[in-house]
Amino acid sequence: MRSWPDLVKSKRCWADMDMYRDIILDHYKHPRNFGTLSSADAKASEYNATCGDRISIEIQCQMINAKCQIKDIRFSGEGCAISVASASMLTEKVKGMKVENVLKLATEDILVMLGTELTPSRTKCAVLPLEVLQKAVVCLGL
Amino acid sequence: MMDTQKIRKDFPQLKRRINGKPITYLDSTATSLKPTQVLAKMNEYYTKYTANIFRGIYKTSEEATAEYEAARAKVAAFIGANKPEEIVFTRNTSESVNLVAYSWGKGNLRSGDQVAVTIMEHHSNFVPWQQLAGEKSLGFRVWGVDKDGTLNLKELDTLITRKTKLLAITAVSNVIGTINPIKEIVRRVKKLNPKCIVLVDGAQAVPHMRVDVAHWGADFVAFSSHKMLGPTGVGVLWGRMELLEAMPPFIYGGDMIKEVHRDTTVYNSVPHKFEAGTPHIAGVIGLGAAVDYLSVFGMDNVRSHEKEITEYALEKLAGVSGLQIIGPNDPEVRGGVLAFVMKGIHPHDIAQILDEDNVCIRVGFHCAQPLHEYLAVGPTARASFYVYTTKEEIDALVAGLGKVKKMLG
Repeated sequence: MRSWPDLVKSKRCWADMDMYRDIILDHYKHPRNFGTLSSADAKASEYNATCGDRISIEIQCQMINAKCQIKDIRFSGEGCAISVASASMLTEKVKGMKVENVLKLATEDILVMLGTELTPSRTKCAVLPLEVLQKAVVCLGL
Repeated sequence: MMDTQKIRKDFPQLKRRINGKPITYLDSTATSLKPTQVLAKMNEYYTKYTANIFRGIYKTSEEATAEYEAARAKVAAFIGANKPEEIVFTRNTSESVNLVAYSWGKGNLRSGDQVAVTIMEHHSNFVPWQQLAGEKSLGFRVWGVDKDGTLNLKELDTLITRKTKLLAITAVSNVIGTINPIKEIVRRVKKLNPKCIVLVDGAQAVPHMRVDVAHWGADFVAFSSHKMLGPTGVGVLWGRMELLEAMPPFIYGGDMIKEVHRDTTVYNSVPHKFEAGTPHIAGVIGLGAAVDYLSVFGMDNVRSHEKEITEYALEKLAGVSGLQIIGPNDPEVRGGVLAFVMKGIHPHDIAQILDEDNVCIRVGFHCAQPLHEYLAVGPTARASFYVYTTKEEIDALVAGLGKVKKMLG
């Protein structure tokens, strides 16, 4: 994984628009793990009423060494570039992660993952997918 | 004709540069910018005659009281009220509507009665009635809009029944800009049920066009100072005197009383009965200055200017491929507010990219989520105009939308 300074230095598509860096636009235009699972162990969705973003996440888990891990994950819904890119990148980040660690992820981790600074209103967009994922993990009832 | 370039010199914020670029403020529907005349008048209160009103037996307090009451008279004249006492100062339009819902609603609404609203209401004129209906087991009826975003007046025949005690309706939509024919609506409502009260949300009308409450024939009109070049924190409720006099107080406290004894209280007269506690004195005086400022142009000229800008914006935005305007396309029935969506691009991203060039628009549901759900459009982007808006600013918006498409389209 690239470190924070590398991300900051990486090429930008717009001179002063850090927020819409290439990697974010790429995930927005070509979201990874988009769709639904044929057999999900848990699912959750959230709606951000101020901007109309709606994100749903489905997860499938497996036990490895008595620890529950995310085996597969899909997201669906609609949102702005930031929330969609955040959801897409998050699905890649957590595949294979122990669910106990998923619950430890926080806003800072999302900002580092996106590699950009966000205004407070857009931070809400960025964190929405994590909130949905953590809600789904809680639904597992482990 | 309005000299926009001259007007712009009165607004200090328009001189500001962020990252070396000017601010293109296209969000006056949310709140307007403030001219120096308003700011100076408020500062005068804070530097020359700061004192509480009504009770002081000294010159500065008398001065403050006189200025405060002069503002009431200015607002009354501005909207064609019979007398200044019919003007109640509140915190904002929401509080004005709540005052009616709590005070008038308390004494006049009973289980089985109906209240009606339109689907284009701002939450401030929707939620109070929806919630009151739930609490008091009232029928809650909602008047929808046609595909073009206008109301079909024929539907009033089924909407208003003899059980309808109140119609709450906006004069101008804060999203799709529709200008509703209030005079005709009130006339029809009163014909269908003379006892039905009509409350008009004037928040998007009073700042932008000539409003005459007597001409409208409505019972209550609510609006806000901060959308008409005045300060935030001041709202207005106009009501017909006989209604206001019959209504119980909404908030108890200082100023709203005439006598207080151990077990009883005699309330002050209207409007003071509804203005408990020390009000936003400087704010009210500032609103008076805003009324003076707008009166110099005349509201018909304000409307003409905004219509010209709206017409220009409708034409320019129609040239942006993939962009869809929500609401009426005819500037005659549309105030200076344009909501739009762009195919495949979330409004938040539109606003964010526009902000790089300091083009300020609003995105989301604009406190009118029921309307967005009804129209099934999802969140929208909204540009809105006022006395200081120029065609060059519309060009800046269109150029910004070009950038948005280049980046995300």
